[in-house]
Amino acid sequence: MEKFEKLTGIAAPMPLVNIDTDMIIPKQFLKTIKRSGLGVNLFDEMRYDDNGDEIPDFVLNMPQYREAEILVAGDNFGCGSSREHAPWALKDFGIRAIVSTSFADIFYNNCFKNGILPIVLPQEAVDVLMKDAEKGSNARMTIDLENQVVTSSDGETFSFEVDSFKKHCLLNGLDDIGLTMEKAAAIDSFEAQASQARPWV
Amino acid sequence: MSPKTLYDKIWDAHVAHEADDGTCLLYIDRHLVHEVTSPQAFEGLRMAGRSVRAPDKTIAVPDHNVPTTPGREDPKNMTEDSAIQVAALDKNAKDFGIHYYPVSDVRQGIVHIVGPEQGWTLPGMTVVCGDSHTATHGAFGALAHGIGTSEVEHVLATQTLIQKKSKNMKVEITGKLRPGVTAKDITLSVIGKTGTAGGTGYVIEYCGEAIRDLSMEGRMTVCNMAIEGGARAGLIAPDEKTFEYVKGRPHAPKGAQWEAALNWWKTLFSDEDAHWDKVITIKGEDIAPVVTWGTSPEDVLPITAEVPAPESFEGGKVGAAKRSIEYMGLTPGQKLSDIEIDTVFIGSCTNGRIEDLRAAAEILKGKKIAVKRAMVVPGSGLVRAQAEEEGLADIFKEAGFEWRLAGCSMCLAMNPDQLAPGERCAATSNRNFEGRQGRGGRTHLMSPAMAAAAAITGKLTDVREMM
Ligand code: SF4
Repeated sequence: MEKFEKLTGIAAPMPLVNIDTDMIIPKQFLKTIKRSGLGVNLFDEMRYDDNGDEIPDFVLNMPQYREAEILVAGDNFGCGSSREHAPWALKDFGIRAIVSTSFADIFYNNCFKNGILPIVLPQEAVDVLMKDAEKGSNARMTIDLENQVVTSSDGETFSFEVDSFKKHCLLNGLDDIGLTMEKAAAIDSFEAQASQARPWV
Repeated sequence: MSPKTLYDKIWDAHVAHEADDGTCLLYIDRHLVHEVTSPQAFEGLRMAGRSVRAPDKTIAVPDHNVPTTPGREDPKNMTEDSAIQVAALDKNAKDFGIHYYPVSDVRQGIVHIVGPEQGWTLPGMTVVCGDSHTATHGAFGALAHGIGTSEVEHVLATQTLIQKKSKNMKVEITGKLRPGVTAKDITLSVIGKTGTAGGTGYVIEYCGEAIRDLSMEGRMTVCNMAIEGGARAGLIAPDEKTFEYVKGRPHAPKGAQWEAALNWWKTLFSDEDAHWDKVITIKGEDIAPVVTWGTSPEDVLPITAEVPAPESFEGGKVGAAKRSIEYMGLTPGQKLSDIEIDTVFIGSCTNGRIEDLRAAAEILKGKKIAVKRAMVVPGSGLVRAQAEEEGLADIFKEAGFEWRLAGCSMCLAMNPDQLAPGERCAATSNRNFEGRQGRGGRTHLMSPAMAAAAAITGKLTDVREMM
């Protein structure tokens, strides 16, 4: 997995609440058996019209946001299905961090497995960063995971919380499965004990 | 011992390892797999030279993009990319030696209907699937939640999941439901009250007399939509109804093991003084038959209400409501019961079980549909067979419904069953997101009885007027 340490980049504003996984990547693009290549279809139904042409006023189609690496979004980002295609599409487009007041649980977890940092901040902070993002490509935001701080283009700082284990994995680009495999002995002994206690499972 | 909630008890029984910071390895008893979210996980295993740790606890079934029309065993009758996904699942199930129900098997169906039906889902278990509606299995008092594909791979390889414990939320539905009010109305009303993020960070336990009174089918409907409320999982404590439902199913314990299991299952309830981080109480008698008007499952109102004005909301919801109403082609102040419907879809893991088909057939008996098209997609081949035996299929067909084979179908429209742009659908599924049932399609969520009523009148209809 790609590491996430520090990022300075363009942030795209998406002030909509409840941006769901069907918006992020509609189901017709779930029929792939690969993880890559979904970036062109990110936000497909908001981004392209029925002829497949770009809708000019959709934020990621605007010249100043085409290279965005950060999204600033409304409440409850990523609600809906468990499809990991959502973070895959975001990542493939180039998004490395998302700022919102809240995220749906499964989506939040899925981000960390794919080198994307979801950042939860209070409404006031998101409001400031949304305004900052609206300034376009000259306004670059900085996200520092080690120190858990977002810095706006004006130098205003906001600290955020992140689970220490998730942070550790993201900073070091660690693969969960490898880490868990190191605990195989604990799983073995749990399994032995559980098959005694609940043999019907 | 300090008092525990049901969630605490199941959690404690499954912690295989706990790190100093509280990050746990939770042991997984059942892993359900379908064709859409698993190919990349199996590919990951192959690339790392890993095997499936517990193939015996892993069950696969294709459901999301299989057609629901005859001849679907032939890949030529699927789109190429769907056929590739189904073929990948066929191969992965075989290569890794996991239990499998192919489309040609009468037991095939929506993964969340097949699990309980075959007795794979049992009280006190941990159940995961690369699908958010895994919450359904919580109806058995099993801790069940959806996971992403990386986690699917993690569970395949290690039979565990890295988790931190959620908070405990109690949703109590007191007293009795009024006539015409169903499990779907309960679960939609709860989301209407808490919002789609109201459950974020929590595991919900549903309790109270109205929940106890529900059948297992109804309880599955309630837990199914815990995810729409943002919760990690929904739970209902097992009781005699649960045990009765489970007993004798193909993979349920038998003989002495049944007795041992029953002894443990009977301890699975929240202790009297258990701590709750959040409590919500709703009176059963206050719940009306509801429908959704917008594009979020929280956009719920009684059928007797009107389309709301966006200004009646607060904050970011004002803009969202405006966008929803425009997308849905509605006008604030319009009566919900005046909204005309093109299509009716009865099915999905929320309402594709036998009881749901009975409820819809009850309303449809001897009537004809007044909509352009209507379809019933049973949740599994066995539900379909039973409905045929009970004569329900004939009622549907005579009314003008299409009688389909089992699958997810128009719930998410990954197969050919899709809405056209602007087409308006009364659906018994669980999501009314923009484009969910087809690009530009407009979805109103409701109970099977309400969907049947809409089919007859061609409008959103208060089912109580037909009873
Ligand atoms: S029926 Fe719908 S919600 Fe249920 S598993 Fe299938 S697609 Fe998902």
